[in-house]
Amino acid sequence: MAEKEKLIEVKDLQITFRVGKKDFVAVDDVNFDIYRGETFSLVGESGSGKTTIGRAIVRINPTSKGEILFNGKQINGKISKELDREVIQKCQMIFQDPMASLNERAKVDYIISEGLINFHLYKDEKDRAAKVQNALKEVGLLPEFASRFPHEFSGGQRQRIGIARALIMEPEFVVADEPISALDVSIRAQVLNLLNNLKQKRGLTYLFIAHDLSVVRFISDRIAVIHKGRIVELAETEELFHHPLHPYTKALLSAVPTPDPEIEKQKKLIVYDPSIHDYSVDKPKWVEILPGHFVYANDKEVAEYKEQIKD
Amino acid sequence: MEERKPILSAQDIEIEFTLRGRKLKPIRKCSLDLYEGETLAIVGESGSGKSVFTKSFIGMLDNNGGIKSGSIMFEGVDIAKYTKEADWLKIRGKKIAMVFQDPMTSLNPLKVIGEQIREVIELHQGIKGEESKELAIQMLEKVGITDPRNRYNQYPHQFSGGMRQRVVIAIAAACYPQILICDEPTTALDVTIQAQILDLIRNLQKEMGMTVIYITHDLGVVANVADRVAVMYAGEIVEVGKVEEIFYDAQHPYTWALLSSLPQLGVKGEPLATIDGTPPNLYNEIKGDAFAPRNRHALKIDFIENPPYFNVTETHKAKTWLLDPRAPKVEHPHAIQKLRARLKREGNQ
Repeated sequence: MAEKEKLIEVKDLQITFRVGKKDFVAVDDVNFDIYRGETFSLVGESGSGKTTIGRAIVRINPTSKGEILFNGKQINGKISKELDREVIQKCQMIFQDPMASLNERAKVDYIISEGLINFHLYKDEKDRAAKVQNALKEVGLLPEFASRFPHEFSGGQRQRIGIARALIMEPEFVVADEPISALDVSIRAQVLNLLNNLKQKRGLTYLFIAHDLSVVRFISDRIAVIHKGRIVELAETEELFHHPLHPYTKALLSAVPTPDPEIEKQKKLIVYDPSIHDYSVDKPKWVEILPGHFVYANDKEVAEYKEQIKD
Repeated sequence: MEERKPILSAQDIEIEFTLRGRKLKPIRKCSLDLYEGETLAIVGESGSGKSVFTKSFIGMLDNNGGIKSGSIMFEGVDIAKYTKEADWLKIRGKKIAMVFQDPMTSLNPLKVIGEQIREVIELHQGIKGEESKELAIQMLEKVGITDPRNRYNQYPHQFSGGMRQRVVIAIAAACYPQILICDEPTTALDVTIQAQILDLIRNLQKEMGMTVIYITHDLGVVANVADRVAVMYAGEIVEVGKVEEIFYDAQHPYTWALLSSLPQLGVKGEPLATIDGTPPNLYNEIKGDAFAPRNRHALKIDFIENPPYFNVTETHKAKTWLLDPRAPKVEHPHAIQKLRARLKREGNQ
């Protein structure tokens, strides 16, 4: 584990939004590292703050406390213009809804090369056109699609355009925010395969944001489960699926539908009740309970979880 | 198998739309029997016609199209022949009700939710005044909304997505319909909420003795709720059978493809199985088997003649030439053979 290089480090991150005159804490006390070359997933229900964290890393949402490091350099808060440019180029995002994330009035050619234009990352017009064609080919679209408008494409094709737009900047790190939840079953598999291929070919690192644990299990190396703005558990994928500790993780796992009628019909749904935690005196901490397996718990719960591990 | 009478029986339904002078055929000769008390799931990609087909049961097809031929027998009447809205009003919402996909758009934002439930009760049951209000409150309680008396007077925007879907279900179930059609009831919801809504529908079904049709593309949901499954592709039902028969002994290559593209069955580090190509253009006349161009196991005859149904068991039939005695033996895809073994093992852990 030690030789793994940390690409992203998130330390004590807090993000607040102003609602009326009050501050609303959307994300609090979040700590995790993403290693170079891995797929790290954030899983939680809607409103849990998973997208907010992703957006904070690519500098769309401002942070109110804590640090985000990229390649060892701090990238949240006030940073120099050069570093800002570097972050924008090296950290790209793929958005959730391909129907809403493409400019309807621009041609695909412009949509994909907008980043290049803003950063003057091409020698001449010919070079730019060639780059667009390459990006299109890489995501499995035809080069002549460049002259078309987004409304001429299906959902799966639009999502590919969104991926091409992120890739053309030659990023090191990609935040994929529910990239397949808006797509049809048969298209999902295609886009997942594409993301996996690109990762291998380009040595990308992904932050994958999702609420569907079955997809996450297939694609990710490590998973963090987030509930109400706090990460409650973090572990390697199979470890998390086989030995979930936090009650919320267990509830989430029990809700995942399995494509097998016999298992499905015997399934017992676990409902998470946050009031089982008594944090009035014994304050919870972020604890590494096994190597690489973290859980958010107080001392008493840690003792209980340790018992569970032994069984 | 005991003799069960179908509560609704659709025979050879053909639906046609006219769009800018061109004819579009979303449903091509679909037949389906629905038995009392069962849960039937209809699965397929978007555009396969699963919504259009079920909408024809309640006369909700768009104005530019209609049922061209075929019959839908319900309570001894062929409702496919209905043309007047007045006829449909006796059935829609009262005997056959529908839950729509997106709870964010299927409620009236300007009306408190209680009134929206009450409206249905007053229209269909002729109960007025305080009594109908009480019934609406009871209905809210039934679908698991706490403090129903106060929430009666709240607007849809004051509810979360899962709660709104509960309200939509309350509206649909308010008249104790015989058939409840759920059109992707959980696609817009989170997994945890999804599981709760599925439980709710199941409990209501038991309590009210309803027959439920699920329209979905999520095979996990299907495994959870369905007794029987119908797989649709390009306006045809290509395979229908009991849920175990579809999951453990699928016969149609399209069902194989759907099952093996599930990420749950994928092996990490290996690409997932995908379905190449796109569904056929429904404006054109389709020759032969509609799935043939995308089918890895397609035979020559698939491109010439549309296959008939072949019975696998009494309850299970599929529309593929592979089941013809003259067809070559095709091995079922690897991923599906492993389905049972793999999931069993993991389920025990």
